Amino acid sequence: MLDLNPGDFEIQDADAHEQVDSVGELSEEMKEKLTRIGLTLADESGAGTYLQRDQTASLCHQKSANVEVIPIKQAMATYDWVQGYYWNVIKPDTDKFTQDAADQDASIQGYFIHGLPGQIERLPVQTCLYVESRNTRQIVHNVIIAEEGSEINIITGCVAHGGIGRAMHEGISEFYVKKNAKITFTMIHEWQEQMEVRPRTAIMLEDNASFINNYIVLKPVNTIQTNPIAYLNGDNSRVMFQTIVYGRQDSKMDLGTRAMLVGKNTSAEIISRIITADNANIVARGLIAGQGTGCKGHLECRGLLLSNTSRIDSIPELDAKNPDVSITHEAAVGKISQDEINYLMARGATEDEATAMIINGFLSFDLSELPPEIAADTKKLVDKTMKGL
Amino acid sequence: MLDIRNLTVAVGDNKADGHKTILKDLSLNVEDGEVHVIFGPNGSGKTTLVQTLLGYPGYTIEEGTITFNGTDITTLSINERANLGLGVVFQYPPAVRGVKLNDMANLVSGHKGSDEIFDETAEYAKKLNMTEFLNRDVNHGFSGGEKKRAEVLQVLLQSPQMLLLDEPDSGVDVENVEIIGRMLNKFLQRDLKPMARKKSAIIITHLGYLLNFVKTDRAHVLCNGQFLCSGDSKEIYENILKNGFDKCENSCLYSVREEDANGCATKE
Repeated sequence: MLDLNPGDFEIQDADAHEQVDSVGELSEEMKEKLTRIGLTLADESGAGTYLQRDQTASLCHQKSANVEVIPIKQAMATYDWVQGYYWNVIKPDTDKFTQDAADQDASIQGYFIHGLPGQIERLPVQTCLYVESRNTRQIVHNVIIAEEGSEINIITGCVAHGGIGRAMHEGISEFYVKKNAKITFTMIHEWQEQMEVRPRTAIMLEDNASFINNYIVLKPVNTIQTNPIAYLNGDNSRVMFQTIVYGRQDSKMDLGTRAMLVGKNTSAEIISRIITADNANIVARGLIAGQGTGCKGHLECRGLLLSNTSRIDSIPELDAKNPDVSITHEAAVGKISQDEINYLMARGATEDEATAMIINGFLSFDLSELPPEIAADTKKLVDKTMKGL
Repeated sequence: MLDIRNLTVAVGDNKADGHKTILKDLSLNVEDGEVHVIFGPNGSGKTTLVQTLLGYPGYTIEEGTITFNGTDITTLSINERANLGLGVVFQYPPAVRGVKLNDMANLVSGHKGSDEIFDETAEYAKKLNMTEFLNRDVNHGFSGGEKKRAEVLQVLLQSPQMLLLDEPDSGVDVENVEIIGRMLNKFLQRDLKPMARKKSAIIITHLGYLLNFVKTDRAHVLCNGQFLCSGDSKEIYENILKNGFDKCENSCLYSVREEDANGCATKE
């Protein structure tokens, strides 16, 4: 179902699109798109901005002195040491898509986000990966490093141009969260019906590091296959992954999350909320491997099927390698409870309003880990997207 | 206010589907400002009566009518009845994940879709010790007493003309019954003279504990889908406590039991 040959798609030249110095120079359509996926890129109010159109690093600027935001190739040319983080936590031979990205390295672009030691930046770094040309294959390689004691908050939108037809996105993202550092990463996917999407993500955490990931997919896509992995090597490090998916039309998605609890007292929470309508087919995987003494993990998958021809396949996996670990999972998949609809109707809601309230509620998520402004922006954005459903 | 005439109700939507008649030729009239209590053992048809009055699916009205303030509501949807002024405190309200108690408060108080906590909500929540619960998923992880208080909060904000209370005192500790009872007494204007009262209620219970806190006008005993008798709440309640349901007929003002009724009476 998800097999794909990257070679069927073309890679655009690095100079295929214009490079601009400010958002104001972008087309109205582009600005509208960016605003819709929630990037307040338009007012450049964040800590930094990166926009990549196909293979062109179209716009990149930073405002904050706490965090560096530069195109990855420029970062590698500027700092020798960046090489050590490139193809480090992800290896080229992981699968054919990582191999393809490694083989095409000369054409690759992406972002480098670097939280400077001890610097806490509460304003978001906003990035957008925009697939713009028909039959294109966008390959992105990102490196994100939060140095000791730093905090970075990133909102990223992955968008395909309207009516683009068939196209592909391969994304390699390597995260390094050092001692006492924190990264929050909120990713909104807004692809198109014929997009093929293969993100490859890995996160390395040192002592007392935290990584909070929110992943939101509310628009149809042809296929997405992804299975990020977090290595909690440092003691007391923790991760939280929340995935919110509304699968519609013929979308096929195989979405996983893996947490390897290696260090002592590490913890992982993996939560997914999945709704399927039409013919959507979604596999929700989760793996928590507990090895470090005193580690804790919880995996939770809840799914709602809104049609008889959609499918949710929840595959939780717990792997304990130490008697002194506590890892649990819960999963529940089914249709909307008539009892809940009746309850809301007894309070005066119409059947449609009741259903909408339940769906909205089901897709709501915990934003308490985000700085308040980013949480508010994210909520606004999700609400906006939901309204269009 | 509420007039139930010769109501016969079956569960299951059609005869092939495990169709069974539960309520048989039931009639009841609740006037403006009256509070009635319906006693009945488990399985007597109390829940069927509540859900039929609410318009829940899965019940077929084979005969009879339900009239509310002059409007025939027999075939109206659940929300249409709610919007006409029918409110309910459920026995087992479901948890709705992602829908906050405050969302429910806003739904019933005309602020549908708003996230704001309005003054009236905050005020009632404070009185019911529910302030901390407003931002929690409704009924999720609530104790028995918390669920009941959340239900009462919603109906107080909805301010229906007719309130149905399904087993309001089951699974609730004494302290909570007292809080709920006090709030309901006020809502039902029991401190006013009978003529001045406008709110009505039907309290359905098999325990009757709430009656220590809420004054009622009239009681009925439901057995096997029929009213066995009707009369003074206090007398009937005391008789049930003493003799059980089968002998409560003795304390009724009149009996509607037919000769062959095999209700809850033990044949002697």
